[in-house]
Amino acid sequence: MEITVRAFASDIHGMLFGGFFLMAIFGVVVELFRSAHVEEPSKLTARGYSLERLYLIVTAGLGWVAVLLGAYIVYPWYRAIPPAGVTNLAGYPQHLLMASPLTTGWHGLGMEWKEHISWLAPIAMTMVAYVLTKHRLAMKKYPQIRTAVLVFALVALVSASVAGFFGAMIDSNAPVKGGTTIHLVRGNL
Amino acid sequence: MNDMKPQKDVLDDSTAIDHSPNGAVSAAILSAGIGSCALGILAVMADGSKAVAHWMTFYLPTGPLAGVTSTAILVWLISWAFLARRWRTKTLAITKVNTVAFVLLALSLLLTFPPFADLLLGK
Repeated sequence: MEITVRAFASDIHGMLFGGFFLMAIFGVVVELFRSAHVEEPSKLTARGYSLERLYLIVTAGLGWVAVLLGAYIVYPWYRAIPPAGVTNLAGYPQHLLMASPLTTGWHGLGMEWKEHISWLAPIAMTMVAYVLTKHRLAMKKYPQIRTAVLVFALVALVSASVAGFFGAMIDSNAPVKGGTTIHLVRGNL
Repeated sequence: MNDMKPQKDVLDDSTAIDHSPNGAVSAAILSAGIGSCALGILAVMADGSKAVAHWMTFYLPTGPLAGVTSTAILVWLISWAFLARRWRTKTLAITKVNTVAFVLLALSLLLTFPPFADLLLGK
């Protein structure tokens, strides 16, 4: 069982940070909807609020790590330019996708959309985390704040979903791979 | 006996109401909209102009992406700091702040959608 360094970094970016970020935002959205429709307002202990704050900060942090890892580590490998004369484009995912009319859309629409919309998610989630950790009681006096937080959380969810979907689709059509091979487990025949 | 023990560490949302100004929250909401919209505008500009794309190439391996996103984040953080300082003690009409922020957010979603950006650029 082995994996290349590039494939491993790509998986860490998408499946670990991106995947957990998406699930964590979903949790925030569910909680925002739930708390908007409760008859009895919630009561948390001081430790409960601390854990809630930690959850929100970690959620925003996951988003930032996912986009930074994607943009500065994985994306340069994705858009690497093949040297002249190279016919095997397996190590050049963008060029591999653009070499066929059947796959060019995964770059033209998928990556072009993903590389920008994904950044909206951590920006929105940072704002949501800030308001919910520092000014949560303000939502009681100003219900419009809850609306704003919910809208931005939904936009974060949509943005991260678009990025996650196209990331998975692009990786299945033209995976980022190469570099040193990491041997994880040697199996028996 | 434990039931009689006062729960000092319980924070009750049902009785606690924040009477502080909403300027800090308004600044966070509006600046998130500004930063998002800046990202969309810069993405379209870098896509439509070779000069802007070249100017936004802060880090060659990523192309203009690094410049577009770094600049947008800078716009977001500077506008947040500026508005937070300016509105710190003020109480604003949150509905108006929300409306502007939502319009900016909707614009950012449109501008980052490649078919819409291509339409704007006449591609």
